[in-house]
Amino acid sequence: MPLFFLNVGLMITLGLSLLSGSSTSAVESVPSTVEFIDQQIARGWDDNEVKPSRPAPDEEWVRRIYLDIAGRIPSLQETTDWLGSRDPRKKSVLIESLLDGSDYVRNFTAIWTNACIGRGTPRRVSRNAMEKFFREAFAKGRPWDEVVRDLVTAEGHFEENGAVNYILAQTQMRDDAVQLTARTTRLFLGIQVQCTQCHDHPFNNWQQSQFWQYNSFFRQVRRIDRRRQDPESGRIVDDYSEVVRGDFKGPVYFEKRNGLMQVAFPEFQGRKVDPGTVDRRAEFGRLLMESVEGESPLIAQAFVNRMWAHFFGYGFTRPVDDLGPHNPPSHPDLLSRLGADFAAADYDVRQLIRWITNSQAYSLSSKLDKNNRIDNPSAGEMPLFSHAYLKSMEAEQLYDSLIVATNAHQSGNTGWDKQERQRRRWMQQFVVAFDNDENNEATTFNGTIPQAMMLMNSELTQKAVNAEEGSFLHQVLSRPGSDGKKLQQLYLAAFSRRPTRSEISRARRLFRVYGKTGQVAAFQDLFWALLNSNEFIMVH
Amino acid sequence: MAVWNNYGMKRRHFMKHVATAAAAIPALNFLSHITAHVDTVRSRQKACILMWMGGGPPSIDIFDLKPGSKNGGEFKPIETAAQGVQISEHMPETAKVFQDLSLVRSMSTREADHSRGRYYMHTSYVPNPTVTHPTFGSVVSYQFSQQSHSLEIPAFVSIGGPSGDAGFLGMAHAPFVVDSSGRIQNAPSDENKRRLPGRLAMLEEVEKSFINSGRGDLPKDHLNVYQNAVNLMTSPQMAAFNANSSSSALGLEQESSQTRELYGQNAFGRGLLMARRLVEVGVPFIEVNMGGWDLHQNVFRTLRDQRLPQLDQGISALVQDLKQRSMLDDVVLVWMGEFGRTPRINQNAGRDHWAASWTTLLGGGGLNNGQAIGATDSDGIGIADGSKSYLPGDIWATVAYALGIPLNTVYTSKRGRPMKLANGGTPVRELVG
Repeated sequence: MPLFFLNVGLMITLGLSLLSGSSTSAVESVPSTVEFIDQQIARGWDDNEVKPSRPAPDEEWVRRIYLDIAGRIPSLQETTDWLGSRDPRKKSVLIESLLDGSDYVRNFTAIWTNACIGRGTPRRVSRNAMEKFFREAFAKGRPWDEVVRDLVTAEGHFEENGAVNYILAQTQMRDDAVQLTARTTRLFLGIQVQCTQCHDHPFNNWQQSQFWQYNSFFRQVRRIDRRRQDPESGRIVDDYSEVVRGDFKGPVYFEKRNGLMQVAFPEFQGRKVDPGTVDRRAEFGRLLMESVEGESPLIAQAFVNRMWAHFFGYGFTRPVDDLGPHNPPSHPDLLSRLGADFAAADYDVRQLIRWITNSQAYSLSSKLDKNNRIDNPSAGEMPLFSHAYLKSMEAEQLYDSLIVATNAHQSGNTGWDKQERQRRRWMQQFVVAFDNDENNEATTFNGTIPQAMMLMNSELTQKAVNAEEGSFLHQVLSRPGSDGKKLQQLYLAAFSRRPTRSEISRARRLFRVYGKTGQVAAFQDLFWALLNSNEFIMVH
Repeated sequence: MAVWNNYGMKRRHFMKHVATAAAAIPALNFLSHITAHVDTVRSRQKACILMWMGGGPPSIDIFDLKPGSKNGGEFKPIETAAQGVQISEHMPETAKVFQDLSLVRSMSTREADHSRGRYYMHTSYVPNPTVTHPTFGSVVSYQFSQQSHSLEIPAFVSIGGPSGDAGFLGMAHAPFVVDSSGRIQNAPSDENKRRLPGRLAMLEEVEKSFINSGRGDLPKDHLNVYQNAVNLMTSPQMAAFNANSSSSALGLEQESSQTRELYGQNAFGRGLLMARRLVEVGVPFIEVNMGGWDLHQNVFRTLRDQRLPQLDQGISALVQDLKQRSMLDDVVLVWMGEFGRTPRINQNAGRDHWAASWTTLLGGGGLNNGQAIGATDSDGIGIADGSKSYLPGDIWATVAYALGIPLNTVYTSKRGRPMKLANGGTPVRELVG
C-alpha cells in the first residue's frame, strides 16, 4: 500500500478527495520526497553540531497547522476533537482535511492577492476579481505554472478576467512596464534584476541588459482606463479598465551609466525570442514553464522557496525572492530537489504543502535548548530548522483568529462578501503606502504600538470580551460547570491548550481580588489578557 | 577616555549594551574637540526633526541649480539670507531664513533603488540579508532610553509614513507611526482606561509562562512594546499629537490658527507643527514624511505648482517658529530622500533616480549654518574637482554631534558583530568646527 499516511477508513471520511484531486503518481512520491527533506535537514544539524528540539506537543502543533494552512487558530471544538482523537495518523489526516477546506483557499487567496496587488488596492484595480481568480485557482488545485502564465499573459476586462488586475496594479505609472518587470521577476522567478535597470548587478555577472531583456516582453502591455458619464451627476467617472496587446515591435533602448544608449531584445534566461513575435507575453508565459538543462524552471524553485518560508518563517535564501549565484541557499540540494519534484508533480500546490508539513522539521517544538540555541536566524544565522521558529501572526491571521476565538462571526455578520469587506476595512488601518514607482507599501502591523493598541482597545477586542448574549464568553459563562472548567475553555479557545496547574492557581488568586460580584469582570479581564498575550499573537 | 552622552546614560547600561572604540579614527584633534562638546550639550534637551522626501527629491531643481547647463531645467536661482548661497526661485520664504540652514551639495551615495536607498539613507548601512540595522531614529530612541526622563510617549515618532525598523535594537525602539492629523487609532475609551489595571495584572500572570519558556527574545520585545503602549495611552503628553484639532484636548492650549496657517494646511505643514509640539514634550526624534517626489515625468510643473510651495512654506515656518521659541539651537533639522534625481531631463520632462551627486539640507541644532558645503560640477553629474563627497553616515554623525551622542559609540548586533554609530561616519567639519 503506497499510501503513506492514509488508511481505508480515513479515505471514506475524506470522501476520497485526495485520490480524486491528484494523480496517483504524485501521491506515491510522498515518502521519498519527505524522506529526502528529513535527510537533508538532519545533515545540516549534524554538520553544525546541533540537536533538534523535541517534537511539538499536540497542542502546539494543532495551532500551528491551522494558522499555516487555514490562516486562523482552531476553534474550541476543533481543538478538543482533535486532541481527543486516538488515531496514530491524526496529523496527516488533519493536514488533508485542512487542505480540503475552504479556509485553505481563503488563506492562500489572501496571501497571493496581497502579493500581486498589495493590501491597499490601487486605483482602477478590482480586488474582488483578483481574489476570485486566486480563489478558483486554489480551490480547483490548478497547477501553479498555469496560474503564473495566466497572470503574466492576462488580457481583457478587469472584472471578467481577474488575472488582469495583477497587470493593472503593476502599471500604475507610465513607466514602460519597469515596475511590472521588476515585480514579475521577483515574485514568480525569485530573482532580483531590478537593480540592473540602472547598472550591472553588483554581486554577480548579470548585466544591465538583462533587466531590459525581460522588460522587452512586457512592452506590448497596453492598459486602457475607460471612463463614462455618470447619468445622475453628469460627471465623468471611472468605468472599467482593461489590458490589451499593443503593437510594440522594436527593441528596447536603455542608457548605460556612461550615457551611451544600448539596445535589448526579448530574451529569457539565455533563450532568445524573435522580436517580431506577435505576442511577446504569450512567449514569456511559454518559456517560464520550460525546464532548461535538466534544472527545474525558476518558477518551481521560487515557489518552493516561498512556500517553505511560509511554513518555517525562513526560506532557503534571504530574502526569499533573491535566488542567484551571489546568494547561495542554506540547503541547495533540497531546494533543487523540491523544485524538481514540484514540477514533476504538475505544480500541485497541495502536494507541496503535504511534503513540507509531513516533514520531521515541521513537527518540532518551538522551544529551544542548549543543543540548538545557536540555530537563531533572527540573529542572522543560516537557518537549520532544528526547532520551529516563532512567527508573528500576519494581520489577516490575527483578525481571523480573533473572530474564531470569540465567535464574533456568529453574532450576525455572515456571508463571504460582508466578512471580507469588514476584514478589508479593518486591514486598512495598518497600511502605509510608500508613494513611489515601486508601488510598494509597508504595514504598521509589525508588533509595534499600533498593533498593541488595536489588540487592547479595538472594537473587535471589545466585542470579544463583552460577554453579551451570543458571544463566546457568554456561552462559556452561562453553561454549568466549575470556574476551573470555564478557565480551561478560555485557554483552549485562545491557546489551543489547557492551563497548567500553576496557571489555574495564579488565576484563582487574581479572581479573588474581584470579589463575588466581580466574577464576570474577572473572566472578561482574563480573556482580554489571553488575547493580548504573546502566546496568542505568535505562531509557534 | 571619558564617555558621556547628553542623556546621562548610566555606566552599567552602557557596559551592558555598548562597547567603545576610540582608536583608528583619523583627525584626532577634531575628535577630541567633539568629545569636549558632548560635555557642554548634555544638559540640554536636544531633538532631531527629519523631513523625509519619499521618492527622491530633485535637489538639482531646489538647492543646487545649474543655470546655463543643458541639465539646468526651467527654474532660476535666487539669493538667500546666507551669503553666496543660492536656491530655487520657488523657495523664496526658505531663502529668507537660510542663515539658519545649510546645504551639503556633494552627497555621493550608492543606492538608486527606492527600498535600498531608503534603508541606506536611514541607517547609513547598505542592506544586508543577515542583519537589520536600526534606522537613525531608533538609535536616538535607544540612546534616550538609557537615561531617566519624563517622556511617557514613544521617543521616536514618524508622522505620515513608515520609516524603517529598529533592527537589532529591538521593537521597543521602532517608530511610532501616526498620520498627519495626529489621530491615534484605537485610542482607549474611558471604559478601556478604567479596566486597564485589572487587565494588565491578568496579562502579567498570563505572560509569565510563555516568556520563560525558552523561545528567544521576541516575547520579551513584545512586552516592552506593551509597556510603551500603556504609557502612551495613559499619558497627558498624548495631547502633543493633537496640533490641529479644534477641541481642547486634555485642557492643553491648542495651536492658534495663525500658527497653523504659518505652517500650511497640508499634510507636510501639519506634520511639522506636530513635530514641534512633540519636541516640546521631550520627544527626541520625529520624522515627518512628505511623498510625491518620484518625478519621472513633468518634474517642473509638479514642483512649481504642488511640491515646492508646500515645502517652502513648511520649512520656513518651522525655522521661524523654533527660533521664536528659542528652540532652534537645540533642534537639528535634516531634509533628505532616498537619493537625488538625474541631472539629464528625460523625454517625459522628468528626472529619474540618481545617487551619484545630490544635495541634503541641514539646519538648526547649533550648527554653523548659512553655508553650502561641497559642490557638484557644472552639469551636476558628478562631484566637482577638489570637493569632498559625503555619505549618509556623515550626515547622521553630524546629527549625533548636535544631539550629544558620542561618535565612538559601537553597538553589538544580535550575532555579536560590532556596529559603529552611523557606520563610522564623520561629522561635516564645516558645520561643527
